[in-house]
Amino acid sequence: MSLDKTMVQRVSQLARIEIEETQLETTARELNNILEWIEQLNEVDTEGVEPMASVTGHELPKRDDDVTDGGYPEKVLKNAPDRESDFFAVPKVVE
Amino acid sequence: MSNILDLNLAGLQKAIRDKNLSAKEITEAYLQAIEQNYQSNCFISVTEEKAIQMAKESDKRIERGEALALDGIPIGVKDLFCTSGVRTTAGSNILSNFVPQYESTVTEQLWRDGAIMLGKCNMDEFAMGSANTTSYFGSVENPWTTRAKFGKKLVPGGSSGGSAAAVSGGLAVAATGSDTGGSIRQPASFCGIVGMKPTYGRCSRWGMVAFASSLDQAGPLTRTVQDAAILLKSMAGYDPKDSTSANVSVPNFELALNGDIRGLRVGVPREYKREETPPEIENLWQKGIDILKKAGAVISDVSLPHTKYALPTYYIIAPAEASSNLARYDGVRYGLRAEQAELQDMYQRTRDEGFGDEVKRRILIGTYVLSAGYYDAYYLKAQRVRALIKQDFDNVFENVDVLLTPTAPSEAFAIGENDDDPIKMYLNDIFTVPTSLAGLPAISIPGSLSDTGLPLGLQVVGKMFDEESVLKVGDILESGVEFTLQEVGKQ
Repeated sequence: MSLDKTMVQRVSQLARIEIEETQLETTARELNNILEWIEQLNEVDTEGVEPMASVTGHELPKRDDDVTDGGYPEKVLKNAPDRESDFFAVPKVVE
Repeated sequence: MSNILDLNLAGLQKAIRDKNLSAKEITEAYLQAIEQNYQSNCFISVTEEKAIQMAKESDKRIERGEALALDGIPIGVKDLFCTSGVRTTAGSNILSNFVPQYESTVTEQLWRDGAIMLGKCNMDEFAMGSANTTSYFGSVENPWTTRAKFGKKLVPGGSSGGSAAAVSGGLAVAATGSDTGGSIRQPASFCGIVGMKPTYGRCSRWGMVAFASSLDQAGPLTRTVQDAAILLKSMAGYDPKDSTSANVSVPNFELALNGDIRGLRVGVPREYKREETPPEIENLWQKGIDILKKAGAVISDVSLPHTKYALPTYYIIAPAEASSNLARYDGVRYGLRAEQAELQDMYQRTRDEGFGDEVKRRILIGTYVLSAGYYDAYYLKAQRVRALIKQDFDNVFENVDVLLTPTAPSEAFAIGENDDDPIKMYLNDIFTVPTSLAGLPAISIPGSLSDTGLPLGLQVVGKMFDEESVLKVGDILESGVEFTLQEVGKQ
């Protein structure tokens, strides 16, 4: 599997990372180098092996669905690049 | 003043107990050392006022006879632990203006025990790097540049490069780091200090800027094994705010350092013998084996057959998790925002300006391996190989108690070297990544100097939650190799 310019463009859109047209080729080459190296995993027989997402094997703890935190909008908004009243402000989305 | 900087953490504790030094004296000595070595770039932020304030509080408690375990101990904090009211950048432009309104659990526990914050240590951007050269705030100079009279500036390793260089150079008696694939152990090896990655789940990840959540683990960087044991005790512990935090009791790690390893079984994994490894690292490894044998350990040859697949597995899993974790940086709620008329443009420009090249590279790889049509072939495949890697360790640990390996495949290199070849940079973590994938505790101990006069480290790996054996063996190695940091604080 190797990445072409179109695929790089698609991935960059998914990741919301802009890649300039002139850089697409270089980026594709760089990523392909890494992917080729990664593909040595195909040598490994993983038939019947369960994918491992957690090393501890702990079951995720559950807690009661209660409000345990909150009530401090100033703290929450302290780092907001832009705000209006107690809300985060962003460029207009709907006309 | 210089003798303050020569003391390790345990030495400072004793000096405070004996009323030979005050917290304020110690803290001022370190702040002065930081100022005099500002060009080393170990710190992104120095929190001088806070440090003095904390030192005064320590002194008050000491005077009242209510001293806490870490009162008067000035430490550096890797700049990915959120510190309330103190800028936390993760070495990235995208967080260059971020001031957390809450404290990470690990740092909270350190302050609870009386430790003093000197400042926030430099690091690779979002902990992605092995040389501290991807930081938005610039490279860090390894203090061995001067000690070894090396012609070019040396990297401290990464990603906890600022923490390691600060401890090695006498700008902090200890520091916190985080290790995802080797980010505590490799810089410890490059800087000639002790670095420990505990078992995954031992320290809470709450308030730690996330890179790869199934791998990230906090740990100490110190001058000695005893110091690591002391600091880890304060950092570790169950935290309901981190759902992967382990609900197990924290032993008094220092008590494990009893010097008795008679009958302890030490495995030497044959897959870690590589043709490319320089003979001086092979020699150090052999020296380590001899020291443990002499102390009564039983050495055996063991096999971890999937070792060579650990790095490629890591470079699917870590970027995949990173691409997901870093999706939160969109310019909406905190961090950098690139003003644009359209929302989509704002996201894109913000991320473009905010992230550096290596971070972008990993986000793109991660996004690709998680995207529809490729998820099974890459991500699930990597998770399956990860299971096999873990199985290798489980099998081996039926017959041995710890493993002994080198920490890194080379000594420190010059700033700029390996920067143009990502895979070559990734290979720095060849001996540390397998342990990370398996979640096991491991420590790096400074072992010897290379022919060029640069430090080389040995790694001890233990079973899940058996930090005590790791520390105990580390302690024996430390006494056996007789490695000393030269001229601390006089760079």
